[in-house]
Amino acid sequence: MTTDKPERELVVEAGPEGGLVVGPIDRLLNLARKHSLWYMLFGTACCAIELMQTGGPRTDADRFGMVFRSTPRQADVMLLAGTITYKMASRVRLLYEQMAEYRYVIAMGSCASTGGLFQGSYAVVKGGDLIVPVDVYLPGCPPRPEALVEGLMLVQQKMEREPWLKKAHGKLPQPVDPWPEGAELHR
Amino acid sequence: MSQIETIQARLLELVPESSWSDGAAGDPFAALPADGWHAACLAVRDDPALGFDFLRSLSGVDRPADDRIEVVAHLFSYKHRHALVLKTHTGRDGGALPSIHDVWPAAEWYEREIFDLLGVRFEGHRDLRRLLMPEDWQGHPLRKDYREAEHYRGIPTRRPGYAAPDRDEP
Repeated sequence: MTTDKPERELVVEAGPEGGLVVGPIDRLLNLARKHSLWYMLFGTACCAIELMQTGGPRTDADRFGMVFRSTPRQADVMLLAGTITYKMASRVRLLYEQMAEYRYVIAMGSCASTGGLFQGSYAVVKGGDLIVPVDVYLPGCPPRPEALVEGLMLVQQKMEREPWLKKAHGKLPQPVDPWPEGAELHR
Repeated sequence: MSQIETIQARLLELVPESSWSDGAAGDPFAALPADGWHAACLAVRDDPALGFDFLRSLSGVDRPADDRIEVVAHLFSYKHRHALVLKTHTGRDGGALPSIHDVWPAAEWYEREIFDLLGVRFEGHRDLRRLLMPEDWQGHPLRKDYREAEHYRGIPTRRPGYAAPDRDEP
């Protein structure tokens, strides 16, 4: 995914009756987008407990515009919160496909990044990036809520630098999709 | 007579084909042949002196050296506050046992688990599907000679370029 920096920054000018902001349209759209980063209310294992804590009043992710949505169709970012089993893998993929483009994925914790503690298990997917494209990897078992907010802010930074209009018109390549071609989902 | 001796004596009256072992490494247990499994479970549940109304656990053990799979039931009686371990076994290839989910309804998912992970069929079970693994999974992972496939639906089962712990070779 490209991380081109837009050539111009936003310019805030004071006017006689308030002010105005001048800048590339991409930059303005990205400013709006990154401050309404809605994450999907979805957890596969114990990292989900930290995810709940992140949405709670102490960490208060709401103040950055991050609120949970209980449906993939309204979510911008999917948090792979916890161990993913093979039985769950096709469900994770189904939820990912139900999300509107452009979507972002955070692999939260060791399990979602590499399989973690369960590397030797016959039942566990050895990393969320084997089934969906992952943007941010968060180490930790589990990562603390502060770390998760940092991960979400990394997604914000990524959004901020994107040439959004080009992307929205499909003029940029899609992220590399690891899902095996022809593999069917349980529905 | 101690509590377990009372249970042993009563069980031998009810199920003469049971054979007792003092269980050097654990609890004493009664071994039963597969064809008497269901009747014995029903008997220990309904007998007023035994009254095993609670199935604590139902598990399976693969014993390739004996070419069989053992199924172990841990029972408990709330009324008498005593416990009992029953074992039975079946063959490794296409082995089947009578289902006891009509004796203790809790056995339904335990039997699905044993079917899933060890491949024992439970005859008379009303919904014998895999419980933990995906429905199109190949093989029974808790068998000692199970070898993990390289891919599941095209998803690699090892992380590429990652030094994973060695898998047990059978």
